Amino acid sequence: MIIKQLSVFLENRSGRLSEMTKLLAKENINLSALSIAETSEYGIIRTVVSEPEKAKDLLQQNNFSVSLTDIICLNMPNKPGSLAEGLDILSQHDISVEYMYAFSHGEEAFAIIKTDNLIETVSILEKEKLDLLQAEELYNI
Amino acid sequence: MIWNKQKECIPRSQMKEWQNKKLKETVNTVYHNVPYYRKKMQKKNIKPSDITGLSDLKKLPFTTKEDLRNNYPYNLFAVPLSQIIRVHASSGTTGKPTVVGYTREDIATWSEVVARTLHCAAIGKDDFIQIAYGYGLFTGGLGIHYGSEKAGSTVIPVSGGNTAKQIQLLKDFGSTAIACTPSYALYLAEALQKEGINPADLELEIGILGAEPWTDSMRSEIEKKLQIKAYDIYGLSEIIGPGVASECHEQQGLHINEDHFLPEIIDPETKEVLTEGDKGELVFSTITKKGLPLLRYRTKDLTHLNYNKCACGRTLVRMEKCLGRSDDMLIIRGVNVFPSQIESVLLKMSETKPHYQLIVDRENNLDILEVQVEVKNHFFSDEIKELEKLKSRIKKNLENTLGLSAKIKLVEPQTLKRSTGKSQRVIDRRELK
Repeated sequence: MIIKQLSVFLENRSGRLSEMTKLLAKENINLSALSIAETSEYGIIRTVVSEPEKAKDLLQQNNFSVSLTDIICLNMPNKPGSLAEGLDILSQHDISVEYMYAFSHGEEAFAIIKTDNLIETVSILEKEKLDLLQAEELYNI
Repeated sequence: MIWNKQKECIPRSQMKEWQNKKLKETVNTVYHNVPYYRKKMQKKNIKPSDITGLSDLKKLPFTTKEDLRNNYPYNLFAVPLSQIIRVHASSGTTGKPTVVGYTREDIATWSEVVARTLHCAAIGKDDFIQIAYGYGLFTGGLGIHYGSEKAGSTVIPVSGGNTAKQIQLLKDFGSTAIACTPSYALYLAEALQKEGINPADLELEIGILGAEPWTDSMRSEIEKKLQIKAYDIYGLSEIIGPGVASECHEQQGLHINEDHFLPEIIDPETKEVLTEGDKGELVFSTITKKGLPLLRYRTKDLTHLNYNKCACGRTLVRMEKCLGRSDDMLIIRGVNVFPSQIESVLLKMSETKPHYQLIVDRENNLDILEVQVEVKNHFFSDEIKELEKLKSRIKKNLENTLGLSAKIKLVEPQTLKRSTGKSQRVIDRRELK
């Protein structure tokens, strides 16, 4: 249920994101989802990739600051209210969302979520019969 | 290991006697052989006979880098040029370089004091010393070279730079000691890591590091990363080059070869001589040099002296590791800031590398200090609030130490310029002149 997300520290310099993605492309690593959190000086890339460990080593060797972070991917019907329902459950259990990014595809929608207590989050959402994706499923969307 | 027990462990009373005698000789020589000094002394109304010993030292005029520049290149030499067998020069940060000259006897003295330096750091005839200071006009390379030969060590004269070569020689030639700047030692440690070489697999055990100020925290970092014992050595070309002072295994200050170089500590503002133990600017009078004897040369290095006998057995006075130079001191919003202070704050925080850059600028007539810090990979968090917390912790720690608030900028690892010579860690964009 828990998926490894690749996080990368990037200074706000032109070409840096392109360098990073080129490195991954060269090693045939696919990006399934990606978001950028930015401040005035630096950005943090959060991305789900096909081979997280390999990607991490590769970027580290190329002097990037990288870490792997545990996240979950919530699979919902692509219709109004789905996300609200999931978030409501989390808030009822006092789970805070650290960050989230989401996308939809056909009948389905997906939210990648990092919370302050991921293990508890998983058990709560499973108890409520919500669908969490395995890493492989996310890579194959 | 002590190279010259007779001189290095001499009773203090005998040392003073020697210094009295040698100082008088030197004053006499410069008065008669160096017109510039004669004029300076006449201006102060002093004759050589007025200098009866150490207690009269304070009557003598100071010498500054400016004086050497004014006498460029050879006008301060005290012997005919035919007796000078070598010149060195330090690159001038402003204007012309500072030129120094050595007689055959000076080269012998220099070799002697460097041999002492090596023994002080437990480097002897069984050692292979890789000299990674630059050879050439800079005194570092050739100074250590001659002293190492005198001490009987095997010299590997690789000179500065060319890191790939340095690493190859460290591996293949079995260097047990290295002489370089502390920042280069760190650079080398990183390069070894990149190559996947474990320093513990090398023969390297000792580093004699100098030519730039460095902190004790940086020493620990170097010792850990290179798996060596790192000794601070001190010297400046105007006095002789490396070999002026060096640490012994006690590492409680650097022993000054004061039978050749007579130290004083002055207040850099009032120029008054300070009492023993007070921190101030280090001033040297050379008392055995023939080619270029200097009276009361102002080093601009800040330190204090300790005359207590060292546990190593040496009676030579010790100077504290230099805490900065009076001329690299930054004044930011009226606050005195030494780059070495910032370095020690950063090194105490495990998250940050000792690689940093200071940018001083002026916005709306207000000085701004920006500290760029490399974020270590293992610390990196993907949450902005964690990175912002790191920034504010650095900011707070700096503020506590400096009494000054600074803007912190986190940068990617390996992006700040590595210096292979003297660190250039400050960019001052203010136009104050």
